Amino acid sequence: MTSEIILQAIVTGLMMGLIYALIAAGLSLIFGLMEIVNFAHGEHLMLSMFSSFWLWSLFGLDPIFSIPITILLMAFCGIITHYFLIRYILKAKMLIQICATFGLSIFIRSIAQLLWTPDFRNVDKPLLEGRLEIGSVFIGQPQLIASLVCLVAFIGLYLFVTKTETGLALQATAQDRHAAEILGIPSNKMFAIGWAIGLGCVGVAGGMMANYFFIFTDVGINFALFAFVAVALGGFGSIIGCLYAGVIIGLVESLGGLLIDPSFKLLYVFAIYLLVVIYRPQGLFGRY
Amino acid sequence: MLLDVKNIDVLYDDFQVIWDVSINVNKAEMVALLGPNGSGKSTILNTISNLAHHKNGSIHFENDLISEIPTYKRTELGISHVLERRRVFPHLSVMQNLLLGAWHPKAKEQLDISLSKIYKIFPKLEARSNQLARTMSGGEQQMLAIARGMMGLPKLLMVDEPFLGLSPMVMKDLIKIFKNIVSEGISILFVEQNVRLALSMADRGYVLESGRLVIHGKSEDLIDNEKVTKVFLGS
Repeated sequence: MTSEIILQAIVTGLMMGLIYALIAAGLSLIFGLMEIVNFAHGEHLMLSMFSSFWLWSLFGLDPIFSIPITILLMAFCGIITHYFLIRYILKAKMLIQICATFGLSIFIRSIAQLLWTPDFRNVDKPLLEGRLEIGSVFIGQPQLIASLVCLVAFIGLYLFVTKTETGLALQATAQDRHAAEILGIPSNKMFAIGWAIGLGCVGVAGGMMANYFFIFTDVGINFALFAFVAVALGGFGSIIGCLYAGVIIGLVESLGGLLIDPSFKLLYVFAIYLLVVIYRPQGLFGRY
Repeated sequence: MLLDVKNIDVLYDDFQVIWDVSINVNKAEMVALLGPNGSGKSTILNTISNLAHHKNGSIHFENDLISEIPTYKRTELGISHVLERRRVFPHLSVMQNLLLGAWHPKAKEQLDISLSKIYKIFPKLEARSNQLARTMSGGEQQMLAIARGMMGLPKLLMVDEPFLGLSPMVMKDLIKIFKNIVSEGISILFVEQNVRLALSMADRGYVLESGRLVIHGKSEDLIDNEKVTKVFLGS
């Protein structure tokens, strides 16, 4: 095995990892804010890919241009999810909360299958096509742009949460809902904002992946599982942890596939999850 | 009258914890809410903040009925509540905690003035403004929690068990600070288990037992009252 092949795997893993990181950040933000795990995260990713697909197929809008629309649609979807489902289960038992978002995932996937059939689709001839060749490493252009956009979105999210007033209020609500409420910060509004941003992240990732990934109703399942692993590895409630964890997962997936056996790619990722749960349950940057 | 709580009942699900309690607080007055563990003192503060909902009765603040106003809108009216066990935001800095205290527009406008005022009262907080709140001692966290409450420009400051776990030295500081706050025209309603300590600083006191008001009056009348001793020592 040559070093070029390993380098290729590292680059591929990094690019995938940045996308995982952004998806996981959305999940982590929602969990950190209200301790609710969005088991429909994968389905929301699927919805954002379909949003991109339909905007292209019906209006001829290239995925790269429809990104803002997809983000807004997903943010709106997040607010609706909070308003019609989550706010009723905030005080419910954990099992009920799990059933609610898990039920939502099945609901969304089934509706999607009913409306759009389980066929595989893809965006034909998007603007981003082809690949770059740097030395002996091939980099797909859509993949490269997607991962860079995700990185930029991630940095934007991080700055928003740590540097802005609303971000500060989000952190306060996450750390002590009642104490924040008593200072005048309405938690219900913060939760809605959290859902809007969390699903907005998914909108960026899904919209960018629509450029090169197959779009079908079950596409979100593996991504959601990876996002769960990333959140556990990065540490529940830590946004910066998601970046490291996402990249680690991307690298493990591609290097494991290269060095051991590609058919067990998922196994390596989930092995990380088990190791984290056993040896470092608080994750790399976790507070809990 | 600044705060007028009239005949409230409070239930947790079907379990009644407060029975027909009335208390009031005047401007620039320090009032103590006394009672043994589980007598419903904190619940009354929580009801005034609408963290707990009351059945029957009414709560008026500056002659306006506020019973239905949600918790987050009450700081703007002038009610700041320092919750039991400080409840500072542990992973945020001292400065960020204080900024969050000045959330409503009026408080934001006054931010710089409030900050310099707070730093004068609590000089330690200025020195530690970039430190994470969780790394501070219990006494410092209590100071931060009270300072954060003051940032919202309250007319009424409610403090739940301010002296819990404080050293005698810090306690003395805090008593002085309370007196300063009142001398600026702000009212304080605080919950305390130590009767002698509370009555030595408060103007008036209310004594609760099992969710019912037993006796209330001026501190000097309560301090050696037989009924009060009975509540705390048992009959």
